[in-house]
Amino acid sequence: MRHLLTTAGLAREDAIRILDTAAQMAATQERETRKLPTLRGKTVVNLFFEDSTRTRISFEAAAKRLSADVINFSAKGSSVSKGESLKDTALTLQAMGADAVVVRHWASGAAERLATSGWVHGSVLNAGDGTHQHPTQALLDAYTIRKHLVESPDGAGLDGLRVAIVGDVLHSRVAGSNGYLLTTLGAKVSVVAPPTLLPVGITARPELEVFYTLDEALDAHKFDAIMMLRVQRERMTGAAFFPSPEEYTRMYGLDAARMARLPEQAIIMHPGPMNRGLEISAEAADAPNSVIVEQVANGVAVRMAALYLLLAGEEAAE
Amino acid sequence: MTGTILGAPDISRAITRIAHEIVERNDGAGNIVLLGIPTRGLPLARRLADALVAIEPTFDSAARTGALDITMYRDDLHRQPTRAIGTTTMPTAGIDDATVVLVDDVFHTGRTIRAALDAISDLGRPRTVQLAVLVDRGHRELPIRADYVGKNIPTSRSERVDVRLLEVDGEDAVVLRRGENEGAGEGA
Repeated sequence: MRHLLTTAGLAREDAIRILDTAAQMAATQERETRKLPTLRGKTVVNLFFEDSTRTRISFEAAAKRLSADVINFSAKGSSVSKGESLKDTALTLQAMGADAVVVRHWASGAAERLATSGWVHGSVLNAGDGTHQHPTQALLDAYTIRKHLVESPDGAGLDGLRVAIVGDVLHSRVAGSNGYLLTTLGAKVSVVAPPTLLPVGITARPELEVFYTLDEALDAHKFDAIMMLRVQRERMTGAAFFPSPEEYTRMYGLDAARMARLPEQAIIMHPGPMNRGLEISAEAADAPNSVIVEQVANGVAVRMAALYLLLAGEEAAE
Repeated sequence: MTGTILGAPDISRAITRIAHEIVERNDGAGNIVLLGIPTRGLPLARRLADALVAIEPTFDSAARTGALDITMYRDDLHRQPTRAIGTTTMPTAGIDDATVVLVDDVFHTGRTIRAALDAISDLGRPRTVQLAVLVDRGHRELPIRADYVGKNIPTSRSERVDVRLLEVDGEDAVVLRRGENEGAGEGA
């Protein structure tokens, strides 16, 4: 594995290897000294063309815990705001000797372009590209589900588990990545959204079951995990995707009543940041079976695993 | 000389002798913590713990035996394909102020032990660290020595020493093999 760009086509054994490595990384984070010397001398560049708090901080923490040097680059306040292109920015980073570039970009496919263009020689990790993919988020979601719901998680997939992904699927790269990854790991995935917030062609994917209201989905299945997506209003320009926020909450919001219809051991997930009161009620977000805060902690371990697997091995393997 | 160097009875005798040496050197087993380096150091550490119990029945083998994975502390990570990370299990008794005995199968260049010493310092502060190995095959690259050695086996660099243990390989044996190419040594 040289880059981590998408979960589509990620082999099951590779995915499980990342999750197993993440479990070992998580264990090291309970030690007295949490820093490991593993990536000493490597440079990781966080290249963020789009706002992000948790993903950037999470990658930064992961790289630092492995002793890599971290250079943060955000489009705001840089030459990008003067009109510099992705290519020129990438060439600059290459000249600085980046061993890995963690890239978040508003354009779908930006990470792929960076990895295949030859502009940078290091590994490229996709930290979210447009509405396309966000592989480390899906991996941390899978890790969280596995940790909670699989009895002996080491080496295991998510076979037989049923996961609901609810909300703004159209704009969600989290949903994009989870759809592939969770299915690869053996889980059954149901997608719940208004037709206006579903990407074209999703009903043609046989591995995904589509529901148009949350109640319908809750009637049909006993879900082991329910993943609420953020309504991405910043991407909803120029068109109305639902009549009103109140109606969206009524049809797709997770509240106490709907939470009570979930099986007892089911976990509630959200990639954050949350719109409390819109897609998830405060009651659900703060419920004992909500793992939303834990997802953030697991994110560091999963990103440590990804950085380790991409950067630690011999360079001749490229 | 190639072929089987140690058989099951030899390995068993070596472990018993090392256990006695540990007790003698440290005036008892009271403060001893055993840390096995995966893969094969771990079963050896467990056997050594059992041997200590035979000598001192008060030795709490479960609370004083752990596993120390050193993958992330290796100095040759970038020269080899990516390695899977093993499990580190701290003994429930902890390692602070204890006499930690590192246990490994083959003692070769000393680089594994160098990495293990770094790993230990991230986990706590033992009073002393000692090293027990089943086989010392020489060719040290660092100024590190073993405190307890099951068997010294002089080797050439091209030879391979394979330690096979019941728990991992289904049999107990130490086998010396002629290497296919120069410099391919097992158990660095």
